[in-house]
Amino acid sequence: MAASAPKIPAPTSTPETAPFWEAAAKGKLLVKSCTACGRAHHYPRPHCPFCGSDRTEWKESAGRGVVYSYSVMRRATPPYVIAYVTLDEGPTMMTNLVDCDFDALRIGQPARVVWTPTDGGPPVPMFTLR
Amino acid sequence: MSIRDKAYIVGVFEHPTRKADSISLAQLHAEVAHGALADAGLSKDDVDGYFCAGDAPGLGGLSMADYMGLRLRHIDTTETGGSSYVVHVAHAAEAIAAGRCDVALITLAGRPRAEGMATGTAPRNYGSTAPDVAFEAPFSPTVVNQYAMAAMRHMHEFKTTSEQLAWIKVAASQHAQHNPHAMLREVVTVADVVGSPMISDPLHRLDCCVISDGGGAVIVARPEVAKRLKRPPVTVRGAGEAVKHQMGGQVDLTYTGARWSGPAAFESAGVTPADIKYASIYDSFTITVLITLEDLGFCPKGQGGRFVSDGNLIAGVGKLPFNTDGGGLCNNHPANRGGMTKVIEAVRQLRGEAHPKVQVKNCDLALAHGTGGSLATRHASATLILEAK
Repeated sequence: MAASAPKIPAPTSTPETAPFWEAAAKGKLLVKSCTACGRAHHYPRPHCPFCGSDRTEWKESAGRGVVYSYSVMRRATPPYVIAYVTLDEGPTMMTNLVDCDFDALRIGQPARVVWTPTDGGPPVPMFTLR
Repeated sequence: MSIRDKAYIVGVFEHPTRKADSISLAQLHAEVAHGALADAGLSKDDVDGYFCAGDAPGLGGLSMADYMGLRLRHIDTTETGGSSYVVHVAHAAEAIAAGRCDVALITLAGRPRAEGMATGTAPRNYGSTAPDVAFEAPFSPTVVNQYAMAAMRHMHEFKTTSEQLAWIKVAASQHAQHNPHAMLREVVTVADVVGSPMISDPLHRLDCCVISDGGGAVIVARPEVAKRLKRPPVTVRGAGEAVKHQMGGQVDLTYTGARWSGPAAFESAGVTPADIKYASIYDSFTITVLITLEDLGFCPKGQGGRFVSDGNLIAGVGKLPFNTDGGGLCNNHPANRGGMTKVIEAVRQLRGEAHPKVQVKNCDLALAHGTGGSLATRHASATLILEAK
């Protein structure tokens, strides 16, 4: 992020999401996966939002995906990019695209996770083009 | 339980203010309530059912019942953002059909402009207990950049253009020129819209609705009550509601909950999109209208850009006159919630009380559609089909 970008408040960890943030601190992106129906979801919940089973487990994502959609918030100072990135593991997650040419962005571009520090908390998963 | 013809809209009122510096939120609610009651020819003591949403102050319906001196036997504070009031009309009709109340009052009011709220461009805080907050708030989602992502994806999949989106604002401005209360009365062109400053790609300033204060109210009553009143009768013929969200990460921004609320409303009303003479379509942004029209079945998915072009939404010009008060795009968007004014303008059209320059001839069947929340994350869609009797 540009030096003038506002500090990102520390994300609130809860008992159900603590493993996600503990992994984030080590630079690992986790997704929740259901052992009953086999599908991965995001954001993480104890109960699978597809089949309702509580037999969900954490799996490490390769941190790679493609841009599903994005928008450059030109009105902000400095401008930033909100995006949805579809992970190779299946789920599409909200994020920011960083360290890239905002004017050259396209839907479908391959992206990879980069961890961005927060104000006193674990880093958050943003993405850059690969 | 069918609601067809079980309830009538007997009173409507839209507050004329667009900036309420010296009116409290509770007073705005009361002013629109009394305005709609006067329109109906009823008094507050006739009201036995009250409906409001998250814009009401204090304890919501309880605080407003206390403030206005209402004696209630039915209350419903269903909160679905800007679509709440479209939902409320349907719920009021259901409550009346079930014998839970005879006269239902629905109010909306707000003063985001007086409060200096950056409605669309500042991230909103829905509380730290929202389950999504840690996974979304760090990325600064705002109202405008979320809808912008829906627009970007629609352009990608269907080759929709900014010029096509601009036609929606052009149509709204053509209507707003006749509305003395509208915030933006100047007629604009496609070039004006695409030439206005970019807010969040691909949405320009003129793709966005206005920020305004004000409010509105609707009175729904059982047929026996409606028959002794003097206003032109408008019935609730059908309704549908639906919630769409991220579906566990299976995000698809190319459609809205209108894909479900629309067919439900048409089926319950026993009519089709081709029967609709006038449509009030929630217009927080131009893209909201375009995707909704597709989902409601006014055109095939992906053809919305072509459908809205060349004045097709302009009264007296196109096939589907929409938002003849100027809508949220030009008239007002009180409390950042446009569902109420969508219902009110549809009622005006069915009564033949729209401005003569935009009144649709022989307008016997109208649709009002609300979208509450955000297209890109979680929202509620509500569709109402109203009929002049």
